[in-house]
Parts: sequence; structure tokens; C-alpha cells
Amino acid sequence: MTASAPDTFPKLLLEHARLRPDRPANREKDYGIWQSWTWAEVAAEVEALAGGLSAMGFRRGDKLAIIGDNRPRLYWAIAATQALGGVPVPIYQDSIADEMAFVLDHAEVRFAVAEDQEQADKLLAIKERCPLLETVIFSDPRGMRHYDQLFLHGYASVQERGREFAHDDRGFFAREIAKGRGSDIAIILYTSGTTGRPKGVVLTFDNIISTGQNALVFEGLTNREEVLAYLPMAWIGEHIFSYAQAYCAGFCASCPESGATVMSDLRELGPSYFFAPPRIFENILTQVMIRMEDAGWVKRKLFHYFLGVAKRVGLPILDRQRVPFADRVLYWLGNGLVYGPLKNTLGLSRVRVAYTAGEAIGPDLFTFYRSLGINLKQLYGMTESSVFLCIQKDGEVKPDTVGRPIKDVEIRVAQDGEVLFKSPGAFQGYYRNSEATAETKQSDGWVHTGDSGFFDGDGQLKIIDRAKDVGRLERGSLFAPKYIENKLKFFAWIKEAIVFGDGRPFVAAFLNIDLEAVGDWAERRNLAYASYQELAAQTAVYDLLQGCVERVNRDLAAEPAVATSQIRRFLILHKELDADDGELTRTRKVRRRIIAARYQPLVDALYSDQPAGRIETEITFEDGRKGRLRAELGIRDVPTSLPMVEPVAFKKAS
Amino acid sequence: MKRIGEPILTVDAISLAFGGITALSGISLEIRRHEILAMIGPNGAGKTSMLNVINGFYYPQAGTITWKGETRRHMRPYQAAAQGIARTFQNVALFKGMTTLDNIMTGRLLLMRRNFLWQAIHFGPARQEELAHRTNVERIIDFLEIQAIRKIPVGRLPYGLQKRVELGRALAMEPELLLLDEPMAGMNVEEKEDMCRFILDINEEFGTTIALIEHDMGVVMDISDRVAVLDYGRKIADGPPAEVRISPEVIAAYLGQQADPHPPGDGMGGG
Repeated sequence: MTASAPDTFPKLLLEHARLRPDRPANREKDYGIWQSWTWAEVAAEVEALAGGLSAMGFRRGDKLAIIGDNRPRLYWAIAATQALGGVPVPIYQDSIADEMAFVLDHAEVRFAVAEDQEQADKLLAIKERCPLLETVIFSDPRGMRHYDQLFLHGYASVQERGREFAHDDRGFFAREIAKGRGSDIAIILYTSGTTGRPKGVVLTFDNIISTGQNALVFEGLTNREEVLAYLPMAWIGEHIFSYAQAYCAGFCASCPESGATVMSDLRELGPSYFFAPPRIFENILTQVMIRMEDAGWVKRKLFHYFLGVAKRVGLPILDRQRVPFADRVLYWLGNGLVYGPLKNTLGLSRVRVAYTAGEAIGPDLFTFYRSLGINLKQLYGMTESSVFLCIQKDGEVKPDTVGRPIKDVEIRVAQDGEVLFKSPGAFQGYYRNSEATAETKQSDGWVHTGDSGFFDGDGQLKIIDRAKDVGRLERGSLFAPKYIENKLKFFAWIKEAIVFGDGRPFVAAFLNIDLEAVGDWAERRNLAYASYQELAAQTAVYDLLQGCVERVNRDLAAEPAVATSQIRRFLILHKELDADDGELTRTRKVRRRIIAARYQPLVDALYSDQPAGRIETEITFEDGRKGRLRAELGIRDVPTSLPMVEPVAFKKAS
Repeated sequence: MKRIGEPILTVDAISLAFGGITALSGISLEIRRHEILAMIGPNGAGKTSMLNVINGFYYPQAGTITWKGETRRHMRPYQAAAQGIARTFQNVALFKGMTTLDNIMTGRLLLMRRNFLWQAIHFGPARQEELAHRTNVERIIDFLEIQAIRKIPVGRLPYGLQKRVELGRALAMEPELLLLDEPMAGMNVEEKEDMCRFILDINEEFGTTIALIEHDMGVVMDISDRVAVLDYGRKIADGPPAEVRISPEVIAAYLGQQADPHPPGDGMGGG
């Protein structure tokens, strides 16, 4: 970037409003219609809000919390805060009041913008505990009519004040924006954290803009891209794709109508640049497969035949390799009959670049999308690096790596296998937590990722597990739990898996069934069940999952390093692991230690010779009430495969 | 705060009998503007009959109905609908094969001015009109948070959502008085909470007067401004929830003559 290039998001906003005032900047589906705002309109909305905030006493350096689903108004609140030299602090919208109180208090938040009554109620409930919180602004006035608290203000009325304010002082907005520097704090994002209290990651404009820009150049993205802003606003990925990169390149970010309509909104919008964590790609595939089971036999035959063709030649065609002419014709035909209509139904027909990250993606799942001609790739990054560290380059995509470091990023693997990086996107520190900062960020600039990995033969990074989770079995062989769990989770029937083995004689597992997939499977076999718990306890379901575990064992047996990690015993949990119970993070990562402590009797039972385990757990309902759940769970012993003498021969046989 | 106004509907000394069976005997009842009135009572007490009299399904043998200052012997269903009385039913009565959107759109039928031919060609004023109605329906869909099922035939929806769609259709008529017959029957706790929130929001946002029949006492005590208790076709109590729940007659009706001195608690009634 040249020295005169805009170095903050508000400056970028003004530039887009000048260069492409009539191009759409935001869309939102509301009342069944896509409403849009041009860059000029967004600039005006942001100016009005900034004016209002300023009139209400917002000063440079103040923090403003943002809580709600993806809405243009909430994105504008980010821009307005940054324009005034303040710091936006987005909070996960499904946080319970306790988690929210911690963040508000820790970040010293004075102002909050809440989407609706639901979020405003949470803020009201914790207001007492957050003495610094002065003003709450709500976007949707529904149900708020009879709230008479003086610190509550409607979004529209704040903007109205801002317009009056601007009337008296026209140059105010531009003047405030001009005061901003690239080295200022752009945002504080609280990471959900698999252990302990959330930590506030401090990122500057320079951090985010340089990384976002590098990734845009790497992929050749332009101001004509379309993205769907549908992941939580408090998550760095969402912030980068739908805000930072949209402002850098000048493309349009569209917000879905509601959380439940994302799939149909995706289909209507047809984004060209798309991000989804693996579980979303998995859900889509599960739904497609279930629906195909119900289709007529002609359609089903066609579908499976052409999927076979795609599996054979789809990848080489996407990677622009040489493919026999006859196969090309077949693939072309398949595209007309199956892949094209399928991609269109899923809303993925215009995708130029799609990413998945956050968790490992199953190789079958990954190649399924790629073989249809969707350019799905993996990347590696985290909140602390403003996302992008590694991206797979077109033509060099593999299902089990995360690609090479992008421009300006350096990566090295430490002695103990931990991945470290240096990047212009490296965070400034954890807000008010110098201890954690010192642990993560070395004085020479290298940042610890906490991930364990290595570079493969082609120089691509491969991540196997969280460094702290990699352990040893009793006899000293390597135990990488996530590696095994991922293999289990690649089966459609298994929603979550937690394996134990560190310091133990063998590996044992908790499994969570996928209600939709297993429920459908059971219905097709006339197996009756009334609840999740009942379905999970069925012998037939145990048989089904045992088959999966045995296949994983065969896979593991083929890899000498992990052959001893085969699963000997498993049980199926009677309840779905839930973020409300603290068992998963808000981004649905399992909290291994919490689960191990909570289900201690079951872990003990796995490592005994009992045929069943008993457990009583406390559960939290969606409305916050608590209840108790009692269950006796069967335990299955699984035959393990012998480590192959010649792994090569095994591979051939399979 | 909301202001409860003058009576919008008064039924005076209504009696209704089917052959030898007396469903309602000499009931007088007022429904006041902007209030939420709950009608409770044991099974067969005459609650649904009362709603049916109000919106004209049944013609009472005696008594009068005064709706917005006009007194008559009985209402006719068409009249009631055209003059701003909408209702939902104990057993969902939707067009199963039609989508949520279309079902709610039927609630606008009485408000449509263009005739069938105009609408068939869907041009000019007819088109304008349809757009206006569609906007209104979309606001209801947004209000009831059912965007995700907009295009799904209601027959395929779970019961709780069907109830919500039925409420949407009643709202589409822009009623002044909304009659809800057991809006929460057969719902789980979460669905009930949602429905309560919607009923309160309708009452607050649109100022709609609501008369509802409900068995869940917790719900009745929480959301209603006034409770009328029916038993064997007579009204035995009428007043604020707190008063009604300690009325000896009400306790006797629910628990039999050997009345327990303690007031009835949540969850009383039902079956």
C-alpha cells in the first residue's frame, strides 16, 4: 500500500462513498425482500450514528459493545465507533448473561448497541454488575415501548440526534475520521477459549487491513464479490470476511433474514466468496443425501452415476490437469444434469473462492464439494493473527493440509511440534491480561499458536491437534485425540466424539449421535424412539456406531505412528453436548477437560470391565432453568485391528 | 403504560341451549378496549360457546350483544369478521395444502377491494393492492418470526408453528378484537413462552383487545388483565387474576364442594 492509502475502515468507507457511491455496500433481507444500501447511504447512516453517539458523550478510546445477529445497523455501529476513535467490542449473541457481564466489565464498556429486546433484557439484567455501562442503544423497538429506563435509547433516535448534531457542525465526521491512525486499536475480539475465561484480542487497523489486503490480492478478489454475513459478528472470521475485506475491496456484504433462513437466503444471493466451518458443509451434504433417498429411482440413479464421474475426474478438471476427452464430455453432461442444478439449489453456483477452517474437514466431504467444481479450500489462522496465516493455492489443494504461508507471514515449527508465526497481522496483546500476552507472544515477535503440526513434503502446513492435548498412552506411544475424533466425526452418524487415552492403558471414546442422520436412519428401519436419549440407547444404533469405530480402527492400524491408538471401548452419550452446559465453546469446539470432569463416572466405567456406566448430570434448558438427567449407558468393546506388518500392502487392499 | 378503556363489547344476559342442554344461562360479560381477558372454567363450562356467540357461529336464544355501541340479538360470522373480530380455533383450522404466506394472505381477503376479474389479470390497481397487502402480511411474518417457513405448506409444519400461522392469519385482518381459543394447548414450555410473548406484544404494539380461553393457570395469571370464570354455563367470578384465584366459588368449581382453604396454584385445571 502507498502512504496515502486509507489506513482505517472509516477512511475506506469515505473513499468508497466517493469512488462508487451507487454500488451496494450492504443488503439485508427484510419483509421478504432484499433491501440494499449503497456506499453513499452507508456513509450517511454511519455519520448519523457517530454524530448521535458523540452528542451522547462518546469520547475517543471509549468501548462500545455490539450484541446481536448480523444486521447492517450493527455493522454500521462498528464503523461509527471506529470513526470516533472508539473501540468496538462485539459479543456473541447467544452468550448467557454471566459471560456477557464478564466481557462488558473486563473491556470497560460504556456504550452498548443491542439488536432487540432479547439482548436488551440481558443487558438490563446485568447492568448492576457493570457499573461502567452507561448507555444502551437498541435497534429493533419491538416490545421496548414500556421500558422507561433513561439510559435506553432507540437506534433511530440516536441517529436523529446525530443528524441535528451534523447540521450544527458539518465537518465533524470527516474531522474525527482524519484523526484516526493505522496503528490505533480497531477492535477487541473476545475469544471463546476452550479453557478458562475469554481473552480480549486487541487488533489494530494495520493488523487487519494488511492481512485482509494480502489475502484479497492472493485470491484476486475485486469489488464485485458477494458475501453472505451469517456467522457470529464476534468471531474474527466473520469480521474479516464481511466487514474488513468488504471495506478493503469495496464489495457488498448481505445479511440473512434470520438465523433459520440462512440456507434459502444463501440460495437467493449466490455468493461468490464464501466461508463456512466444516460442520456447515457437512449439514448441507447430509440434507442433500437424505433428500436424494426420497427421490424417484431415475433421479437417484442419475445422481449416483454422475457423482461417481465427478469423484473420478472432477478434481483434475478443477485443478486444470489433463483429462481424457470422453471424461470431459461426461463431466460436462453431469454438470448440466446434476452438479449445476445441485450447486444452484445450494446457492454455491457462483462461488469463486470458498474457504473452510476452524476444524479439520473430512476428506470425503472436502473432495465431494471440489469434485462438483466448487473451489473449496482450506486456510489456517486465528483471532491472534487477524485470520490469514496459510491459504491453499489454486491447483495445490489437499484435504489434509492448510496450505503455505501467505505474503509477509513467517511460520516455524518448534522442537516440541508447536507451530509459531510472525505476521503483520499479529495481535497487540490480550486486553488487560499481560500475563497471557507474555505467554503467547514472545518478545522477539514470534507468536505461539498452541497448535501442533508439521510441514509436509510439498511445504504445506499440516495441523494435527492442539499442542496441549497431544499426550502419551501408558506405554509411551503418541496419543493425538483430535486426530482420532476427527476420523470418527467424518461419519454422518457421529456428531461429536471425545476420546480418552492420555496416561491410560488404551483409548476409549464418548460418542454423540447426529439426531437428524441417525433419526432418519432409524425411521427407515421402523425403529421407534421418543427422545434423543432413547434413540441413543438402542442396540441397533450401538451396532451402527460400532461399525464406524471398527473402520476408524482399521484406518489407524494402517498408520504406524498411531496404530496403538485404536479404540477399545466406547459408549454413546445420552444427551447432546451443549454450549449452554459449558461442554462446547460457542464455536462448538469440545471442552475436553470439562467433559472429562463432568462425566467422571462414565470415564471410570470405560476403564473398568463393567458393561455399563451410570451418570446423573445437570442440564440447562434454553430459558436458563436447570434440570437433572439420569441415565445408564451401555459400553461396547470393539475388536481392534492388528497393526499391519506391511502398511503398504494394506493400503492396496483397501 | 397501556390504558384499558371503555367496554368495546358487551354481552347481556345471553342464554344458549342445544335441545335440552343449556350451554350458557344468562351470562353478562364486558370486554374492554385494549385489555387481555382470559376466560377459564372446567371442561363444558361454556367457554368456546361464548366465543362462538361473540363471533356469530351460534345464535343465542336470549340476550343481546353490543359491539362498538350497536346492540343486536346476535352477530353473523361475516359481520363479525368485517367489523373487526378475528379468531383462532381450538383445533387448528388452516388450509393444509397452502403455504404459510398464502394462508396469512387469506386473512386479508375481506380487506381487498378489487374484484375477482381485476385480480385475475393482476395489473394496475389490482397489482398495487396486492403489493400493499403482501407488505402487510410480510410485517406479520416478521412479527411472528416465521420467515423460515414462509413458503412451506402448513400441513408439513409442527403443531406449534401451525398455531402461530393461524394467529398470523387472524392478525392479517387487522382486528380490533382477537378471540383465541386455547392458543397454547398441546405446546411445550418453550412454545408456550413464545406464544405468551406474541400475545403480549400484539396487545402492546397494535393495541388489539384480546379475549382468550386457556387452561394453563400459570399463563392466565401471568398475561391477563382480567379473568372471567365460567362454570355450568354461568359466570361465577370476574376480576383481576389475583382476586379470582382466591375466590371461594372458583376454588369450589375447580376442586369440588369440599373446598381446600388454600388458593389454587399454577397448573391447576387442564384435563
